[in-house]
This record gives sequence, structure tokens and C-alpha cells, in this order.
Amino acid sequence: MAEHKKKLLQGNEACVEGAIYAGCKFYAGYPITPSTEIAEGLSVRLPKIGGKFIQMEDEIASIAAAIGGSLAGLKSLTATSGPGFSLKQEGLGYACIAEIPLVIINVMRGGPSTGYPTGPSQADIMQAKWGTHGDHPAIALTPAYVQEILTETVRAFNLSEKYRTPVIVLYDEIIGHMREPITIPEPGELEVIDREKVTCPPDEYFPYDERFEVPPLAPFGTGYRYHVTGLNHKKDGFPTNDSKQINENNLRIMRKIENHKAEIWKNEEVSLKDADVAVFSIGSTARSANFAVKAAREAGIKAGLLRPLTIWPFPDAAVKELAKRVKAIIVPELNLGQMVLEVERCAGGACKVEGIHRVDGEPITPAQILEIIKKHAK
Amino acid sequence: MSARYELRFSGSGGQGMILAGIIMAEAAAIYGDKNAVQSQSYGPESRGGASKAEVIISTQPIDYPKATAIDCMLAMTQEACSKYHYDIKPGGILLIDSNEVKDVPKGHFKTISFPIIETARKELGKTIVANIISLGMIAELTGIVPHEAVEKAVLARVPAAFVELNKKAVQIGFQSAKGLK
Amino acid sequence: MSEGTVAKKQKLSVPFDYDKYLRPKKLPHIWCPGCGHGIVLKALLRAIEASGLNKDDICMVSGIGCSSRTPGYVDFNTMHSLHGRAFAFATGIKFAKPNMKVIVITGDGDALAIGGNHFIHTCRRNIDLTVLVYTNAIYGMTGGQYSPTTPLGDIATTSRYGNIEPPFDACKMAEAAGASFVARGTAYHTLELEKTILEAIKHKGTSVVDIIDACPTYYGRMNKYKSATHMMEVIEKDGTVSVKQADKLPPEKLEGKLLRGVLYKTDRPEYCEQYATQVMGKATGK
Repeated sequence: MAEHKKKLLQGNEACVEGAIYAGCKFYAGYPITPSTEIAEGLSVRLPKIGGKFIQMEDEIASIAAAIGGSLAGLKSLTATSGPGFSLKQEGLGYACIAEIPLVIINVMRGGPSTGYPTGPSQADIMQAKWGTHGDHPAIALTPAYVQEILTETVRAFNLSEKYRTPVIVLYDEIIGHMREPITIPEPGELEVIDREKVTCPPDEYFPYDERFEVPPLAPFGTGYRYHVTGLNHKKDGFPTNDSKQINENNLRIMRKIENHKAEIWKNEEVSLKDADVAVFSIGSTARSANFAVKAAREAGIKAGLLRPLTIWPFPDAAVKELAKRVKAIIVPELNLGQMVLEVERCAGGACKVEGIHRVDGEPITPAQILEIIKKHAK
Repeated sequence: MSARYELRFSGSGGQGMILAGIIMAEAAAIYGDKNAVQSQSYGPESRGGASKAEVIISTQPIDYPKATAIDCMLAMTQEACSKYHYDIKPGGILLIDSNEVKDVPKGHFKTISFPIIETARKELGKTIVANIISLGMIAELTGIVPHEAVEKAVLARVPAAFVELNKKAVQIGFQSAKGLK
Repeated sequence: MSEGTVAKKQKLSVPFDYDKYLRPKKLPHIWCPGCGHGIVLKALLRAIEASGLNKDDICMVSGIGCSSRTPGYVDFNTMHSLHGRAFAFATGIKFAKPNMKVIVITGDGDALAIGGNHFIHTCRRNIDLTVLVYTNAIYGMTGGQYSPTTPLGDIATTSRYGNIEPPFDACKMAEAAGASFVARGTAYHTLELEKTILEAIKHKGTSVVDIIDACPTYYGRMNKYKSATHMMEVIEKDGTVSVKQADKLPPEKLEGKLLRGVLYKTDRPEYCEQYATQVMGKATGK
């Protein structure tokens, strides 16, 4: 029966399905609400398919072990929530500069600190971009539906392998824990990108070869003996004090993402073409926004939704273009104002920008958003 | 049905309210032909405290996953009833365990009172299936999901050793609610 | 037993082709004159040669600090990771590729302070890592601050009035945490160290070798040692007793001295093997 291909899964369970689909073979993590179901699921699934699951002693060790697993050639994942994501920042920076593919799931919860562990939040948007020190590339994906958590987890692995960089998946507790019917895609239905194989002779291999925009990464133990460090390095991976090389090292890791923003961006638009008022929103808040936009349309208001599935790199082009043709962009988010700053920057005064913010552990309701849509439609 | 049909299962942690919600959502979306989303809100307690699961059922895609106006709510404890009945919509249904909820809230909704836990104990010797009895009752009272789909969903979720017990429980739920509508 | 007899028994080949294992273009190293790290590296390379391991199958992971620069100089799969986290990175590599020999190079600050938790849990899992802790009682790379092994009363740039924190014994901690091989050596007893490291490499499970070595630049100067050799004599030679000698000595002669040699060795299930047989075995129904 075809209908039974459908399963009622939790967001975090869909993440497990996505990881398995993408070919993830290594997970290291530490228990934390509300992301633990990902670890629980993979602890059962990975050993069945020859994969490795390990519960480490803390969040820092988890991302470190996952980087180690990836360097040894396995597609690696770690999952966490707000406070754990803070702890992982040092490892995240290492993966950026050492250019190690890795996927990090952050099921966002209330904060700061221990905050409200069982409540939803979208307060790690800026942390995903600016959490680790120094300038570094950031890719962060923001699914809003359980099915999308699966597909975006696959896309996260693909982007991390393609660009040799850590990729973050951000979603809130609501969609992490809610259940929705989803379909597990058949093999071949979604694109799966595997790590590029290194074919050159070992003495011609440079792990950070500037001739490539994204140099291929040879797994440890395959005959390519090279050096990996968190220090600024030359093409051979060894540390350098040469300012020209330090500069080039820092710029190249940014450039490899910056030059491909258009391929990394992914936006969903709902009735945006003729909209007077637009809502810009992600995750569970975007679901409320979708509801509100439909209600507004029923009430004769030309409202639309721009829902980014890639929040970093920020969808500058889409927001700039939108700002020129709407009266206002409303930015509901479960924090006290993060994405709204980026929207304001991109809008550059071309339209009004208004945030809707909530940090009481409850979702932003469709009614809250509808009220602000109506205000700007007048 | 309206575009959204909203159900809330509430009680105390450990009473299986979240499982009841999951089964209802599966009955609607996997064994039935509708869309459903199930969400929950919970505190730090695994046992005790007030716990609730919400299920939104619709023939349309469901965006907002939380309740806006409840069509039918179950309350297995006084605490849950008092805490969560506030947004039952006019004409909605409140199903309460008559032995547990003594302070019955007033509102423009229909309150149905039944000794659910006591029935589980007396008829089946196990209070643990009270949630399945209540699930059967809600299916009967609301008519939102066919009995067959509910039964299939229940049986798919329970271990083999408890299939008969749960089959009986869901049937008791259907039958018990018949005279209460 | 004197060092001479150790060497004779082992018959380690001399001359030795160090270039086989070094990355000559990455030399000279950054270590100060008189630092013991180079001596330890020599012992390590000779032990690796004696182990018969293939360079492609060796992975060396370090944290941050003077000793953690070692991987840059040797021709293996090498990773210079984060301060204190070498254990966790190494665990990931080993678990992903259990056929690799993974050696962790770490210092006393790296392993016992910032990495203390990782150190303990590595030992507890008994994952097959060879851990060399270079213990010089100071943070050298940052200029001489007191470390978790600085003796009481000693001077560092952050303990100008004398250190009031009692030092750790890395070996006791490793054993208590569950490491199945625990040993101590010194840079002074080079040949003995070579043998100890070889035994550690051959051991299956977490093997920890605490290596007492001297930092003349910071620790030595601040604590009135005359020279690097003076430090080696006082701290490494006179400050330690081999386990075999210790058996014959009265307790008062052992007062304040650290034991050298293999201090603890046992057979305990190794993590990667347990995962393969227990976890994967049950998961796949084999």
C-alpha cells in the first residue's frame, strides 16, 4: 500500500532519516534537550549499516570527534542545542580553517545559558554566523517542516562535502519535536554528493592547493600523509608566519562560499509576486507566517512570504529586490531581534522593516503576524 | 469539517497523553486520508506535572502546528483541565475523567464526563490503557477519524503481547462514548 | 637495571635513519636549546621503527603547546588540533579507522588542565590510543605559567609567590580512570623511554606514558636551576626511581620520587573492538 510509505515522524527523527540517506557514517554527540532524539535514533541506526556512533564526554569533544571521523573519511554529524552549540564554537572554527566537511544540527532552545530547555527559540541565528571567533565562512540551513528537515539535512551534507566546510542546520524545538507525515525518499530521488576522490600521486598532493577553489580532501590513512592544523597555513597544511600567505588563507575560505552564494541560497516564496506587505521568516515562525499570509489574502490584503531555507549566507539579493517593491517587510522571529538587523541592512531604507519578537517560550501566533500585516497594508 | 480540526489530550506525565496524540495523528494521516500534525508541550518531569499533546487534523496542508481554538479536549486530571481548557471553542467538546476532575470548568462547550481510568481498571484490570480507551471515545465523539483507522493506528504502535488488551480498550472507548453524545 | 643493559637487551639498531620519519623541510623545530622534547621525539621515532608500523598507518594528533608542535615535524598522517582536545579528535579518527595506529602527543597543561576531562574519558573507554604526556611542569608556549604538575611552592609567571596548588600525578589518574597501560619515563633515561614507548605502542587499549622532561627557558630559570643538564640530573635522574629499583629500596629512599617504567598493565576490552562485536554485532543480529 503506497500510503504506508508515509510515516508520522518527529522533526528530530526526520533528521536521522536525512543523515542516513545522505550517507552519514559517523556521529558523535552529547545529550541535550531538545535535540537528543537525533543521537538516540542514530545510536540504533548507524551500527546496523557499518556506521559509528559515540556518545562523548561533552559537547566540545563531540564536535572534535566528529571532525576526526570526517578527516578519516566518514561523513560526520554532531547535533546539539543552544548551550551545546556555544561550546562547539571552538571546534566549528577549527573545521572552517582546516576545511573539514561536517554537519552540525542545532535544535534551538530558549536562552541565554540554560534558559528554557523545553521551549522553542530562534535565538542562535547570529551565533551560527558569528559564534566562533575570527572571520570565517558560514552556511546555515533553516527547514520549517518535518519533511524539510530530512531534505535539508541531506542538502547540508552535500554542501559540506562540496565546499569542504562545516554546515549548520538550525531549527527550533517546535519542529524538532512535532510529528508530521513524511515520505522517506527512494534512493536516487534526492541528490547525494560524496567527497571528491583524490587521484594525484601523494608527492603532488597539497591539502590546501590554491589551484582549486575547493581542494579535494584525502582521508587520513589512504597514503596521503599531510598535516592539518588550526593555525593559518600554506597549501601544504603547515603553519606559516608569512602575512601574504595568512591573508590568502583567510580570503580563500571565504571566497569559496562567497563565489557560490547563488547556488547555496534557497528561498520559498508564497504569494509574493504582487505583495504589498511581505513577511520574512524561518522555521516554525514561518509556518505561523504562512497561516497569517493566507488569512490576509482571504481578507483582501496583498501579503506574501519570503521563507529562506538558507539563512547564511544571508539571502541579500532576494531581500534587496523585495524591499524595492513592497511597503513593508515584517520579520517575526523567536528572539529579540537578529534576522531583522540583516533585513534592515539589505532593505537599506527602501521599505519599512518591522520585527515581531517573542522570548516567552511560546510560538509567535498567526494572529500576532496578521495584526502587523494589517497595520502595514493600510 | 472545517479547515482545521484541533484536538488536545491532556493529563499528567506518564498517562500516555502524548502517545494518544501520536496515535490519533497516525490514524488521520497514515491510516486515514487527511493531514495531521502532532505537537506537545512538556516540562522537565517525565512523570507527573501537566502534560499535553495537540493534534491538528485537516484536509489541507497544515502550517501552524499549535492549537488556535480547540474542537475537542481530553482532560485526565484536574490540574490539566484547569490549566488547558481556556481555548476550547464555543460548541467544542471537553471530555473529562469524572473521578479525577471534580471542579468542572464552565464555558460554551459541551462537557462529557466518564470514569475512564476506573473503566480501564474494572474492565481490563490495567489503568495503563486508559489513554487508549479515551482515544476510542474521542474518535466516537468527534467522528473526525474512522474507527477502523484508529484501531489500525493503535495496533501498529503497541507491542505484540499487548495487541488484544489494546484492541479491547479501543473498542470499549468506541462503545462507552456512544451513549454520551 | 642500568640503562646500558636495557639497550643491550633490546638491540636497537644504530645507526638510525631519522630522515625516514622526519619532514626535513619543516625543521628546525621551535623548541628551545636544552628542551627535552627533541630527545623524546628521538625515542618515539626509534620506538616506531622498532614497532614495524607503516607510516601510512600511523596518525599523530596533538593539542596546543610546545610538545604539540611535534606532529608537524614527522612524516605521518598528522593533526595539530585544539588545546586540550587532541584526545577527542584522536578518538574520532581511531573510531572511524580502527586499523590506524593513533598516537596522541600532549603536554601536562594540554592533557591535565584544559583537556583533563577528555583525558579521563579516553582512559575510561580504553580506546586504543597511545598517549604521550610531556610533563615539564609549566606552560612554555605562553611564557611560563604554572601548570597542573608544577610542584608546590615553585615559581611561575602566575605564581610569583610560590605555587599553592598541589600537582596531579598523571599516572595515578590514568590508572584510576581505566587506562590499561600506564608508564612513566624521562628524557634523561632515553633508551629506557624508547623501550617504554614501544611497549605502549604495542599495547591494545589506552596506553599513557607520562614523560618527565625539562623546560630550562621558563621553569628552570624561574626556579634557580643552573642549566638544562642540571635540571635533568635533579628532576629526571635523581627525582625518579625505576619500578625495579624501587622494590629493593627502603620507603625513606623513595620519599618524593616518581616511579619510572611500566606502572600498570592489564587486559581490558578495547573500545573499538567492543563496538564492533557488541554494538554492531547486536545491531546486525550477528
